[in-house]
Amino acid sequence: MVSITEKAMRAIFIFCGLAIILFLVGILYILLSNSMPGLIELGLGPFFAADRWNPGAYGEPTYSLLNMIYGTLKVTLGALIFAVPVGVSAAAYLAEIASPWEREFFKPIVEVLAGVPSVVLGFFGLVVLAPLIARVFNLNSGLTAFNGAILVGIMALPTIITLAEDAITAVPKEYRHASLALGGTRWQTIWKITIPAAFSGITASAMLGMGRAIGETMTVLMVTGNMVARPESFLDSVRTLSAGIAIDIGDVVFNSTHFHALFVAGLLLFLITFAVNLLADILIQRKPEVSK
Amino acid sequence: MKTEALSRGIVLEKKKSEWRSYELVGFWALRLTLVLVLLILGVIVFDIVSKGAGVINWEFLTQPPRVGMTEGGIFPAIVGTFYVTMITIAFAVPLGVGAAIYLNEYAVQGKFTRLVRMSVRNLAGVPSIVFGLFGMAIFVKIFGFGPSLIAAGFTLGLLTLPVTVTASEEALRTVPKAYREGSFALGATRWQVVRTVVLPRAIPGILTGTILGLARAAGETAPILATGAAFFLPHLPDSIRSQFMALPYHLFIMSTQHHAISQVRPIAYGTALVLLALVCLLNLAAVLLRKRYRDRVAKGL
Repeated sequence: MVSITEKAMRAIFIFCGLAIILFLVGILYILLSNSMPGLIELGLGPFFAADRWNPGAYGEPTYSLLNMIYGTLKVTLGALIFAVPVGVSAAAYLAEIASPWEREFFKPIVEVLAGVPSVVLGFFGLVVLAPLIARVFNLNSGLTAFNGAILVGIMALPTIITLAEDAITAVPKEYRHASLALGGTRWQTIWKITIPAAFSGITASAMLGMGRAIGETMTVLMVTGNMVARPESFLDSVRTLSAGIAIDIGDVVFNSTHFHALFVAGLLLFLITFAVNLLADILIQRKPEVSK
Repeated sequence: MKTEALSRGIVLEKKKSEWRSYELVGFWALRLTLVLVLLILGVIVFDIVSKGAGVINWEFLTQPPRVGMTEGGIFPAIVGTFYVTMITIAFAVPLGVGAAIYLNEYAVQGKFTRLVRMSVRNLAGVPSIVFGLFGMAIFVKIFGFGPSLIAAGFTLGLLTLPVTVTASEEALRTVPKAYREGSFALGATRWQVVRTVVLPRAIPGILTGTILGLARAAGETAPILATGAAFFLPHLPDSIRSQFMALPYHLFIMSTQHHAISQVRPIAYGTALVLLALVCLLNLAAVLLRKRYRDRVAKGL
């Protein structure tokens, strides 16, 4: 005999699980349904045309996302160039070399860094890092892709460190023991055995860091200057997709072409991060094993 | 022969010691990357504390902004952040804990649970500004809440959901299987087992997840840009349908949008310090709580 409470509670919990899937599907649906009118009105072409994002232009507004895509790429790549080597090295140290007290000391620091709000990091970039960069490179303004890349790299670091450490720790002890028993040093064991064995997990950590970097909004909004022109170098001002949405979201007219174009940008951003996260998810499942 | 073997041994020994010194250099190089992380955090915290501490006094924390936001305090922003995070928690915690209970206690592990878990991980990776777009379209427009505390709270709730689900699931997993089996053997139903045996033991872990979610929601700006945060309000929000001021949005305004940026820089520093302190304290509380909790589990209590 199953009571009504019993049945009701089961139904509630199943609903909670289902709701999570529904939310994800709902986000995709809302993005699609709101960007469709824009895509139907303009077609896909204007969003990738070789002009600029200028929806407010009198007479002939243009909606090209191309320069913002370049901006996102520039900031993300710059961030990863710095964050992946540092993050993986830190993870290798934490997982393989650090003494217990070192781990106790450094791990909370990584977590606190992960918790720093992006707007605070953006503020720091704006008032400290930007003037410094302007002085070092002799620029008029330090609000550049370079500045954004450093700060977004800092944001991605904790993700990369935590997940890469998990991946390295998950390598079975047998791998290390075999290497050490054959006369390998610890250094050789780390670089030739453990890290290659954890490679798919480490790649996944880099990809999730990349996902964060692509989607990061407030920091880049505050520190990259937000020029819609095509960036030539790392020392140019750029506007990323996420920042582009954030700038316009406040005063866009509901259901205008501009409104729908913003959702096209959002959809693009969602699809890119979704693909990156999915790929990372698949990589994370591939763990090294020992047959016993 | 003997001397040859001996000299070869010496060469090997020499190589080994060379290796050891290489290794030491290498280890130090890796250790330095962590020192770099520490340094980055240290510089950020030092800059904000050293320049923000002078601004903070009782008046700053308890007075509204005055004279075109060039004087006065940040009280409405503190209150607004408090209100909106409460709504966030009210939305995210029941749903998150419910989903975790489903995943860990009720569901048969298979394709569907894999799909739910994958959705949680992917939801965690959705850019915050996309949550902002979603919240604007669905809560502000379709549900007709308008820009309000409730629209912003729900949007932030969706964003923090993966944090609460993951933390709650971890908490539930630490409850030993034998506890459940013992209760089932005594004739308890599943809900009785969950309510009286599993949940009480998982509460500290769930609380950790709640605090982490609070910290996350308190610091986010992008999702509330178009769902309810206001530039300046002369009075405090009086219902869940009113707009509100929030600490992160206030910091954004004071550092990039204000008409007298350099004049209000001290206020921006003060706001940054209050926000940073709030978020760091919440995170620290969660870390300490989790550590105590894990130690207790490790001891088998």
